[in-house]
Amino acid sequence: MKNLWKIYKKGLIEENPIFVLALSLCPALAVTSSVINALTMGLSVMFVITMNNTVVSITRKFINPKVRVPVYITSIATIVTLVQLLLQAFAPALYKALGIYLALIVVFAIILARAEVFASKNKVIPSFFDGLGMGSGFTLAMVSVGAIRELLGAGSLLGFKVLGAWYNPALIMILPAGGFILIGYMVAGFKMWTDHMAKVKLERGEA
Amino acid sequence: MEYLTLFISAVVVNNFVLTRFLGLCIFFGVSKNLNASIGMGMAVTSVMTLSSMLAWVVYHFVLAPFHLQFLTTVVFVLLIASFVQLLETIIKKQAPALYNMWGIYLLLIATNCVVLAVPLLNAESNYTFLMSVVSSIGSGLGFALAIVLMASLREKLRLADVPKPLEGLGIAFILAGMLALAFLGFSGMISL
Repeated sequence: MKNLWKIYKKGLIEENPIFVLALSLCPALAVTSSVINALTMGLSVMFVITMNNTVVSITRKFINPKVRVPVYITSIATIVTLVQLLLQAFAPALYKALGIYLALIVVFAIILARAEVFASKNKVIPSFFDGLGMGSGFTLAMVSVGAIRELLGAGSLLGFKVLGAWYNPALIMILPAGGFILIGYMVAGFKMWTDHMAKVKLERGEA
Repeated sequence: MEYLTLFISAVVVNNFVLTRFLGLCIFFGVSKNLNASIGMGMAVTSVMTLSSMLAWVVYHFVLAPFHLQFLTTVVFVLLIASFVQLLETIIKKQAPALYNMWGIYLLLIATNCVVLAVPLLNAESNYTFLMSVVSSIGSGLGFALAIVLMASLREKLRLADVPKPLEGLGIAFILAGMLALAFLGFSGMISL
């Protein structure tokens, strides 16, 4: 149990897909202009990565290593199509807002990387938790970027006005340029924080 | 005239990297070096054009007549990945000099979002064959423009004194933000 928690936690902070591994950045910027889009995207990715890790892990013994990458891609593409159809049926507005980026989940480096690095070598349950952890880390990063951008750019959160009429929205945060600059500072902040934590651990003599 | 508008719009107004955030992985990964980024820009442009031609044919002669549009994502991914693989093999055999220059980039872009996005967008917008070719060339050149600009900026940056936590990726993002801000000046020039 403790082991599974460890696998799960790794994706959240130490190996956060966006801030630390810097993989799958495209969506982190493209759909984070509002919290709800960021959340939908994050959850979709979490679903795809968890399902794909499970599938890859179950089939790892039957698949010839030579053809593994095409097999992974096919599996990912199938799951993504499933998500696309589900969203189109039950949340058409969100489907429209995410647009092309939803289809592009197929080529997210993080999903293929987890399949290759983790799921193809581990049992089903750890692979499932690895996917869940990476997906959660991704969602967390997406939502935090989305929250800051929506708050500063429109003065609202999840569509509700949070900041009063006195707040003059900084349009740049919603625009692409603001997204880039914000991510730059967030990556730097995350680095400072992890460096600090590593130092604290070292002083305690844990590392 | 229509084609010219489409072309300019794809190169600067709707620049894939700076306004649509596609292809960022290569954009940040390769732009450390100017020569590498020129090679990458060329490779992306040619692969993108060829694969969107291929994708157009498949979409309009196979997927659309049989109402299989829901399979577009799966089919395009496999199509492009295998096409790039094929291209790599052919170039390796037929033009080793070219392969030495571009070979490594080809594999990097086999499953890249920008290469997949262009055929998907072309299919979505129902472009004619010629229009989709023009828009792919434009998008590719737009990508090349952005990555070359970025690489030249980053080469200058090597001499700058950057705060430690911002080093590497952090400052690269902020630079890209500035570039995006500059490209914002083009928006409104053409509305499609």
